[in-house]
Amino acid sequence: MTIVLGIFEQGLIYAIMALGVYITYKILDFPDLTVDGSFPLGAALTALLITNGWDPFLCLLLSFLAGLLAGAITGLIHVKCHVRDLLSGIITMTALYSVNLHIAGSSNVPIFNMNTVFSNPLVNSIFPAEMSAYVPIILLFLLVLLCKILMDLYLKTKSGFLLRAVGDNNMLVTTLAKDSGSVKILGLALANGLVALAGGVMCQYQHFFQVSMGTGTIVIGLASVIIGTNLFKNVSFLKATTTVLIGSILYKACVAIAISCGLDPTDMNLVSAILFLAILVLGRLGGKKKVKLHD
Amino acid sequence: MIELSNISKYYHPGTVNELCLFRHFNLTIADGDFVSVVGSNGSGKTSLLNIICGSIGVEQGSIRIGGTDITRLPSHKRHRRIGRVFQDPSLGTCPSMTILENLSLADNKGKPYNLGFGINKKRKEAYQEMLHSLNLGLEDKLNVPVGNLSGGQRQALSLLMATMTPIEFLILDEHTAALDPKTAERIMELTGQIVAEKRLTTIMVTHNLRYAVEYGNRMLMMHQGQVILDKSGEEKQALTVNSLLSLFNEISIECGN
Repeated sequence: MTIVLGIFEQGLIYAIMALGVYITYKILDFPDLTVDGSFPLGAALTALLITNGWDPFLCLLLSFLAGLLAGAITGLIHVKCHVRDLLSGIITMTALYSVNLHIAGSSNVPIFNMNTVFSNPLVNSIFPAEMSAYVPIILLFLLVLLCKILMDLYLKTKSGFLLRAVGDNNMLVTTLAKDSGSVKILGLALANGLVALAGGVMCQYQHFFQVSMGTGTIVIGLASVIIGTNLFKNVSFLKATTTVLIGSILYKACVAIAISCGLDPTDMNLVSAILFLAILVLGRLGGKKKVKLHD
Repeated sequence: MIELSNISKYYHPGTVNELCLFRHFNLTIADGDFVSVVGSNGSGKTSLLNIICGSIGVEQGSIRIGGTDITRLPSHKRHRRIGRVFQDPSLGTCPSMTILENLSLADNKGKPYNLGFGINKKRKEAYQEMLHSLNLGLEDKLNVPVGNLSGGQRQALSLLMATMTPIEFLILDEHTAALDPKTAERIMELTGQIVAEKRLTTIMVTHNLRYAVEYGNRMLMMHQGQVILDKSGEEKQALTVNSLLSLFNEISIECGN
């Protein structure tokens, strides 16, 4: 039971991140590696603020803002310095490693016995003590739902329309008299804001910050997005954002099953990478329909 | 009024492949003119449009529209007053978005793209009316993604989207070249109708000599970065496809083709 709960909890946390990756990968068509740095960025900032006694909810908001900034930097490097998309992300990601260490103060910061969004006077007074095991999943579900709904609403605004258009057809945005570069920067900022928010939540959930916690984030994000959008591509009543959430939980479940089959937790990233490869290959094979030839 | 003065444009400057397309090129297009431009491949037709729209820069000279110098203005700012339709039907629309979403997106040109709701429900009927006038049955497909439409339907939609907000200039870059003859004919009729209705100053590049003869009040023939034929008014009316074709052949012989 605790394993299942754990899968759902982690799946939901990574789902927030995957929503961000959905913006860059699916909407903007931009392979953004910044996420490997912006995920721990949110965690580092949260660890610093929590140990200084800041409100845990405010920490999440500030993590989001820090992520916005990180994404905007990648965008600026790409748009203003004309650096290729993949490289702009790598530059920011690499720089963020040092930035994260500076923010957190050391490569490992525990935040035990501190107020978090999962355990603070307010939350403890709402939920009775016997429910405490389910508090994280309930709160995470609500948070993910909030993120998803806000994102769905945003994508229906004029600004959201422009964001969807820029990944689809750059030229159209220019002929609409809008600078496609600024729209891309905005998209990258929003995406990394969500990723850093997820990092902040993760830090509060696992009660520590670790500088290496971001490694492989992009693989988890991409896998979630690809599983979700491919698996449910013919299910029209599910919004893409919903499928990404389900994809994230499914992916976490796959990894958990692999680990429970006797693999060492240190093999986590290896398992992630192999699973991701399997998903990509299977996705391609599944896409091809067999054609029967007559004579 | 579009004024190109003393334009020089080089491709691959400073390399062995350096190619000078325009040298001290001048062109003035009066307000309300519908100019059709013909010419062989590489004659500079599309480059001319790209220079006006700011898709490519120039080494020398100035571009003015309506009296304002726009030589240094980035492409997207120039498009506040310019609408453009491309040869490739997919460049004028957003394939993953529905017809309604595409029209709403285009309808908002010139206004801020803020957090207001993307679709203005009050305009839905107006959109349906516009689509109805295309006569392609699109008015019942408002919620269909544009990616599912045929090239002709997309191009009609592109034309609609490019001209639905108040613009002064319309740039058509071989916009019927990728379509079948019947659809091309329909798109050209529509073009003539919209240009006349909105009194747009229009430049249309085409490889179809008949369209160049039939449409517009001025015709340019370009060759190696120069205007070698410029007919307007009655002289333009007198042009025939055959006379243009023989001129084309003359040029080709000169070039040794």
